[in-house]
Amino acid sequence: MNKKILSAVVGITAVAGLGATAASAATLDDVKAKGFVQCGVSTGLAGFSAPNDAGDWSGLDVDLCRGIAAAVFGDAKAVKFSPLSAKERFTALQSGEIDVLSRNTTWTMSRDTQLGLNFAGVNYYDGQGFMVRKSLGVNSALQLSGASVCVQTGTTTELNLTDYFKANGMTYNPVVFEKLEEVNAAYDANRCDVYTTDQSGLYSIRLGLSAPDEHMVLPEVISKEPLGPAVRQGDDQWFSIVKWVHFAMLNAEEMGVTSANADEMLNSTDPNVMRLLGKEGTFGEAIGLGNDWAYNVIKQVGNYGEVFERNVGASTPLAIGRGVNALWSKGGLQYAPPLR
Amino acid sequence: MAHQEGVTADAGDSERVSLMNDPKVRGLVFQVLLIIAVIYLVYSGVTNAIDNLARAGIASGFGFFGERAGFDIGQSFIPYTNDSTYLRAFFVGLLNTMVVAVIGIFFATLIGFIVGLARLSKNYLVQKFATVYVETLRNIPLLLQLLFWYKAVLAILPSPRAGGLEPGVEVVFNLNNRGLYMPRIVPEGGAQFIAYALILAIVAWILIGRWAKKRQMATGQQFPVFLTGLGLFIFLPLIAYLVTGMPLSLEYASLQGFNMVGGWVIQPEFMALLLGLSLYTASFIAEIVRAGILAVSHGQSEAAFALGLRPNLTSRLVVVPQAMRVIIPPLTSQFLNLTKNSSLAVAIGYPDLVSIFGGTVLNQTGQAVEVISITMLVYLTLSLLTSAFMNWFNSSVALVER
Repeated sequence: MNKKILSAVVGITAVAGLGATAASAATLDDVKAKGFVQCGVSTGLAGFSAPNDAGDWSGLDVDLCRGIAAAVFGDAKAVKFSPLSAKERFTALQSGEIDVLSRNTTWTMSRDTQLGLNFAGVNYYDGQGFMVRKSLGVNSALQLSGASVCVQTGTTTELNLTDYFKANGMTYNPVVFEKLEEVNAAYDANRCDVYTTDQSGLYSIRLGLSAPDEHMVLPEVISKEPLGPAVRQGDDQWFSIVKWVHFAMLNAEEMGVTSANADEMLNSTDPNVMRLLGKEGTFGEAIGLGNDWAYNVIKQVGNYGEVFERNVGASTPLAIGRGVNALWSKGGLQYAPPLR
Repeated sequence: MAHQEGVTADAGDSERVSLMNDPKVRGLVFQVLLIIAVIYLVYSGVTNAIDNLARAGIASGFGFFGERAGFDIGQSFIPYTNDSTYLRAFFVGLLNTMVVAVIGIFFATLIGFIVGLARLSKNYLVQKFATVYVETLRNIPLLLQLLFWYKAVLAILPSPRAGGLEPGVEVVFNLNNRGLYMPRIVPEGGAQFIAYALILAIVAWILIGRWAKKRQMATGQQFPVFLTGLGLFIFLPLIAYLVTGMPLSLEYASLQGFNMVGGWVIQPEFMALLLGLSLYTASFIAEIVRAGILAVSHGQSEAAFALGLRPNLTSRLVVVPQAMRVIIPPLTSQFLNLTKNSSLAVAIGYPDLVSIFGGTVLNQTGQAVEVISITMLVYLTLSLLTSAFMNWFNSSVALVER
């Protein structure tokens, strides 16, 4: 009996002692050790992160994760995906459950400074919009006073919505759900007059409604929503890897390197291309990777333009134009620091 | 052998017994050790969490309670705007949870008692219907039932604009997929006297009941307490209403723009949650009630009949009081279950504590540890209060053994 108590006491103190050792440090080593990148994505937002017909995850955010895997392992398939609700996403990243969060997440100051996160760039410039039924006869967000609005909890959307209606002296009735599918179902069942989220999301969600043609996205964009990948604070090496995978894809588009011509480009004499593809310099080693890191990203995933067109561009059902997401040299906002 | 010798020779001489072998001392030592270990465990857990939060650069503390919330809430029983603080948002969520729990407990108990009695009915149809009800509802997960009720409510009801309502025309009752709209009673000056009259009537009812019981004990004469009480309950407020010059008016709902405006509304999320919770819990309560009544031996009612009591009085004075002591303890568990299950509201968009505080507030502040601990503490407190009340109620109906 006493032995049992004693062993219990010893056990408890041992557990307490174990708990005191903190987990931290090199994400890259952890990722290499387990052999894949654990990537946090949405629970299903067509064009950004959703399973395709074959059951594989695809989308703009998914391709960024594939790019990271290609850079680390030379294999774009070495990724596992964790579908997360808006509410779960930051906790999953903070606790180390995922290595990178690539889930159409808005970069805001409070998230950047108070949640222990770092945003590693912007892979899609978005803004919040409204979707309504055409039968309502509404053609401006300013006519929405008194409407019921469906919105997902734990998003910047919820706060922007409040601010917009307040600033314009309008009232509304919020109906708040935790999961994206629940918001979609409620809007489809006519529980709300208005659906609000990022405009890219509205286009994507509209495709999943029972009658997409009966709905329209209003022209107003009421907020800035820079969406990008996030990593944990305190690991600069991993932060750099995620950041530069995105920049490499942008630089590749700027230089005209695509997945199709990457092998040809290896023979290029343009020093910019040579640096990008690892023929000159040791840029890969500086972030703990092989020198062909960017070559692997471009060869296996493609440059930013290819990824954009493949997932959300004109040839897809979403048919979103490049707009502000065009390269800086073509009048957009996508701008990567030089690779040198 | 030597040990045995010592015991027989010096029995009663405690100085010879080593402290290690004194069961009292030994027990005390181990208990103190265990307490120290538990305290250390909690202490290291808390400091560890604080250290790790600080190291990961995550803000902590309870200062966020005083900040502006900045989001709106669909249903609130206290004044709330997006300019209110997070603390106020917390209370809105808490009240929404408590309201659905209290009303849910009321309906679950009511339906549960009726179905429980129906299962014992001699009427074949009634009895089978009750059995099917219990076996169906208690065997399907509650979350599915909630989703079913929510989809059913939304699927059946028309939208307000499709419901054939003329814009701006007031209606008394209207049920659409934005809610059940009813007239709202608007109190004007002097309306408080009606409330006073209502309280007075209830107090008088209780006092008359006590006096009547005392008189019956002393003289055997009976007094129609129920009818007198009901009369007071109806007529006292009515007189107050007339004397103060009818200070109540009704506000009706009407279709304006997208939605109904005015009146008193029960939202579909609340309806679905209340339906789901009450019907589900009622199926368990029905079984508890059936068990409680069957636990009273048949001889008790036979004895009561032999004494000349009518069936009505037999069940009221003999069967039910004895069944209650079997019913109440498991009933308490069901009340607790219902309260805790109300947190599933988040799935159907009802703004309860978990949805507002554990959802929106957690996300906007990012302070998961604080928010989740407070949420757990609230449910713990609610449950302990419910248990305390039910224990008190149980002791007041328990059989007095002589």
